Amino acid sequence: MKLMHCPMNGPRNISEFVYGGEVVEMPEPDNCTDQEWADYIFMENNSKGVVYEWWMHVPTSYWFIAERNAETDEIVKTFPSAELFNQRVDFNVKKQ
Amino acid sequence: MPWSLLKLGFNKQTPLTRHFPKRCELKPEYDVVIVGGGGHGLAAAYYLAKDWGITNVAVLEKGYLAGGNTARNTTIIRSNYLTQEGVRFYDESIRLFKDLSNEFDYNLMYSERGHLTLAHTDAAVRTARWRAEVNKHLGVDSEVVYPDEIARLCPQLNLNQDVRYPILAALYHPPGAIARHDGVAWGYARVATTRGVEIHTQTEVTGFDIINDRVVAVKTNRGNIKCGQVLQAVSGMSSVVAAMIGLKLPIKTIPLQACVTEPVKPFLDPIIVSGSLHVYVSQSARGELVMGASADPYPLYSTRSTLEFKEELMMHLLALFPFIGKLRVLRQWAGMVDMTPDFSPVMGLTPIGNYYIDAGWGTWGFKATPVSGKCMAETIATGKVPDLIKPFELERFYRFEQVGERGAASVGY
Repeated sequence: MKLMHCPMNGPRNISEFVYGGEVVEMPEPDNCTDQEWADYIFMENNSKGVVYEWWMHVPTSYWFIAERNAETDEIVKTFPSAELFNQRVDFNVKKQ
Repeated sequence: MPWSLLKLGFNKQTPLTRHFPKRCELKPEYDVVIVGGGGHGLAAAYYLAKDWGITNVAVLEKGYLAGGNTARNTTIIRSNYLTQEGVRFYDESIRLFKDLSNEFDYNLMYSERGHLTLAHTDAAVRTARWRAEVNKHLGVDSEVVYPDEIARLCPQLNLNQDVRYPILAALYHPPGAIARHDGVAWGYARVATTRGVEIHTQTEVTGFDIINDRVVAVKTNRGNIKCGQVLQAVSGMSSVVAAMIGLKLPIKTIPLQACVTEPVKPFLDPIIVSGSLHVYVSQSARGELVMGASADPYPLYSTRSTLEFKEELMMHLLALFPFIGKLRVLRQWAGMVDMTPDFSPVMGLTPIGNYYIDAGWGTWGFKATPVSGKCMAETIATGKVPDLIKPFELERFYRFEQVGERGAASVGY
């Protein structure tokens, strides 16, 4: 079996996790063009190398980030998302 | 040496012929460079030569001929899709496939078996009926059938209603067929090369020279070549090659595994797919059961095989055919597939004026080999995208106009 080290629950069978997409910066929904929004929703880096990805441990619904080599399948590191997102994100909401 | 063999050797009516020409040196320039020597790239090369008289074409393949996904699929050919755009497109492919062996003078082992998509839930029955109606509306032979008819079509299926997911109905598609995937690729390669197309295997594209939004040269491990037009047809590596022109695609590269059993006497006539049970199977001309299931659960640039795939497949296949428990799995392998958000391909133009793309073939590419080659050849020759593939342009995502074929393209997602 292949192990994934969940930052909260420790090493578990990778079948207990679900892949949640690339870690990419989200544009401000109210302040971006339709093109930028479509890019964010649909376009992928899909890199053949080390990638940063969202993963969820399904039994506990715990979301975290994994640094993984998408060519060798080596999971380099897993860590709580707070390590990357350590500042509050404020969008300038359009005034109604 | 027996006299009869010597006579045969010297007889002018049985000359020594090669299947393919010997690989030659790369010329300094080609009118069209096709990156990717799989079924789609080879088909595009053939139709460029046959339909448009464009023969100054080089197909560049980094590995051995058609050794990518063309060599690794489970060879199912059908047009029982969900959307009008999809049905029209795949049905044109079937129309081309039916006469392809004759056109090639080459045996593709094309075998019409009938295709059954089993429905084990009310939602699946609803999807089956939706597909049947869209198919009929467009002249494609599909209908919903029930356990009595399913038992006639496939007596070996477990139609016991006393199981966790009993078979409630099925979408029956008589034109569903299988063919020899290598044969399709080699057939296209041969008829393309007899018309002057050059195939260069072990030739890897490493980059492009771009001037004023046009590709002027293709860089390879065997030297640089000038080009008029470029087509990328490298499913599995689409994002990697597209990145060479600075293009991002709506594609995740995910392993798709498959396996075969030892050969046994022919017992399974139709091709059986179960969306609910995430499994599909057919029996090849060699007597092997060719089996597939869901794609892998996360992106990976690798063709490694897993135990999890076998476990899921066998568990569900035994629910459908309990008696095959005795069979041995002979071989297991995988391809790397381009998964798109709407389970439809990406075909047509790119922001680079003379660079065309044929990608996003996910788990639905082999059946489209003829039609994709024909349409990409037309696109390259005329510079205009044919109506049949316009719905699949990359631009559709920027208009949020996905062609949603998940219900018909996939199992178990």
